[in-house]
Amino acid sequence: MKKLIYIFIFLFFKFNIAHSLIEVDITRGNLDPLPIAISPLHVDVQSENYEDLKIKELGSLISSVIENNFKSTGLFNPLNKDAFVQKPDIAHLKPRFEDWRLITAQALVTGKLLVKDDKLKVEFRLWDLAASQEMVALAFTTTPSNWRRVAHIISDKIYERLTGETGYFDTRIIYVSETGLKTQRVKKLAIMDQDGANTKYLTLGNELVLTPRFNPANQLVTYMSYFRNLPRVYLLDIETGIQEVVGNFPGMTFAPRFSPDGKKIIMSFAQDGNSDIYTMDLESRLVERITEDSSIDTSPSFSPDGKYICFNSDRSGLQQIYTMKSDGTEVKRISFGNGIYGTPVWSPRGDLIAFTKMRAGKFYIGVMRSDGTGERLLTENYYQEAPSWSPNGRILVFYRETKSGKDGAGFTAKLWSIDITGYNERELKTETDASDPSWSSLLSK
Amino acid sequence: MKFNKKITNLLIIAISTLALGACSTAKKSAGSGDVYTGNATVEYLASGVKDRVFFATNSSALTTASRDTLRKQANYLRKNKGLNVVLEGHADERGTREYNLALGEKRANSAKDYLMTYGISGKRVSVISYGKEKPVNSASTPLAWSQNRRSVTIKAK
Repeated sequence: MKKLIYIFIFLFFKFNIAHSLIEVDITRGNLDPLPIAISPLHVDVQSENYEDLKIKELGSLISSVIENNFKSTGLFNPLNKDAFVQKPDIAHLKPRFEDWRLITAQALVTGKLLVKDDKLKVEFRLWDLAASQEMVALAFTTTPSNWRRVAHIISDKIYERLTGETGYFDTRIIYVSETGLKTQRVKKLAIMDQDGANTKYLTLGNELVLTPRFNPANQLVTYMSYFRNLPRVYLLDIETGIQEVVGNFPGMTFAPRFSPDGKKIIMSFAQDGNSDIYTMDLESRLVERITEDSSIDTSPSFSPDGKYICFNSDRSGLQQIYTMKSDGTEVKRISFGNGIYGTPVWSPRGDLIAFTKMRAGKFYIGVMRSDGTGERLLTENYYQEAPSWSPNGRILVFYRETKSGKDGAGFTAKLWSIDITGYNERELKTETDASDPSWSSLLSK
Repeated sequence: MKFNKKITNLLIIAISTLALGACSTAKKSAGSGDVYTGNATVEYLASGVKDRVFFATNSSALTTASRDTLRKQANYLRKNKGLNVVLEGHADERGTREYNLALGEKRANSAKDYLMTYGISGKRVSVISYGKEKPVNSASTPLAWSQNRRSVTIKAK
């Protein structure tokens, strides 16, 4: 591994002295996606079989996962492989740049893999076709069944090199899977890779579960469950399956989220018709009351430095967004546009707060600066809410419900994502209807 | 504080009633115009004792009809001393999930408070909120939403 890092650093040095390197401007949306050629990875002839993996196809499989990732960004245009001019192994050694430029590609990804002794070794290179030079080269060794993650890590490295932003492909999304009639909805916690692969169900659907959220520091999840008909916030370790109720509250706890360091849970506790915001330290179990107001205070979310909290309150009459210091002082209303506002959530970059806005029978997902200025509505629909940030703060995932007819006919709930530029709105395919998505941090940091 | 808030709510209602001419800009929550008044979804705890009360959008205020229903429930509970109840608070689907959970809890508690002012011990009444999770009418119409904004009194097992 040390050697690999060494290679990476060496190449980085090389970029700095190079000229006219391609850069993708992520702030403009998808007006002019960068044409990129992703060659199938060459499979070394010495590769051995591994379980039921189709080794011969593995090179193509990995490249199509990468291709799909890049297509989903809206920033890249992966070119049709039929037009590719060089065999994968030859291109990986040194591409004939002028030939690739002929098919209008500006960047080229090549690679090779070897499966031997139950190990998968993958090597890839990213080439700048205009400048005729290598931009990144990296190799990984892992177990062959991890091949999809290898594809995501490669995607992250390429994305990082071309956009200057942290990648987000080696991540997962936890959500609530929904089946059955609207009046008798069965809800289960479900988790999938960010591209929709590897769906797993974490609960059986015996009790209502809502609002799962990832810990930004690890793979713990907090969510709300009606287990034994007592609506409470729970903590779940998705590796071990062990879960526990959070705190010992004599009433409903809901709307949980982790603090950025993962050490606290912030949530609402409702008692005698009044919901206020509390935190609980997961190690000391110390509970602190943060707000004390006779109105509804809910949907709290920490700023990434942990110093501030944004939340939803109707203390002014209707739902609005407020910020305060993490000790509950200096409460400030920040939403003042027409309409009412809910579900504020602080960007992991710290600059923006995403929210749901309701106005004149329509629901919007939008962003504003943390002082409430610069409000931008990204998408309008009949019903949508609960945005969650990609770990790099560039994309929001949320859920959308359709209008239903008599007896709930035509009702669907689906996950959608949109860039904070307002471009590239797309549905995330799920096996069942889905709601309440939460995006994990990068699995490999 | 709660008392002040109620007065504020009343004032808002009064003002919005006066300002009926400017109805298009009036906030939905202020009026009680969208409270369901029918009986289509209503069940009965006993003869003449309705099991539920309805609310205006974004509001947990009890209407005159709701108070009447709750007084009858209190009467029934006084006569059946061994009976405990659960109040289930609900919201319609036109709001964010987390706020609706809080709103359902507030609605059920405003029904509970009223039962208590009519002499029912708080120990006999427990409260649970389902937010927008358990609609009784699954259509996306103003009528369905008004039937879903409710607090339902259930006999405890």
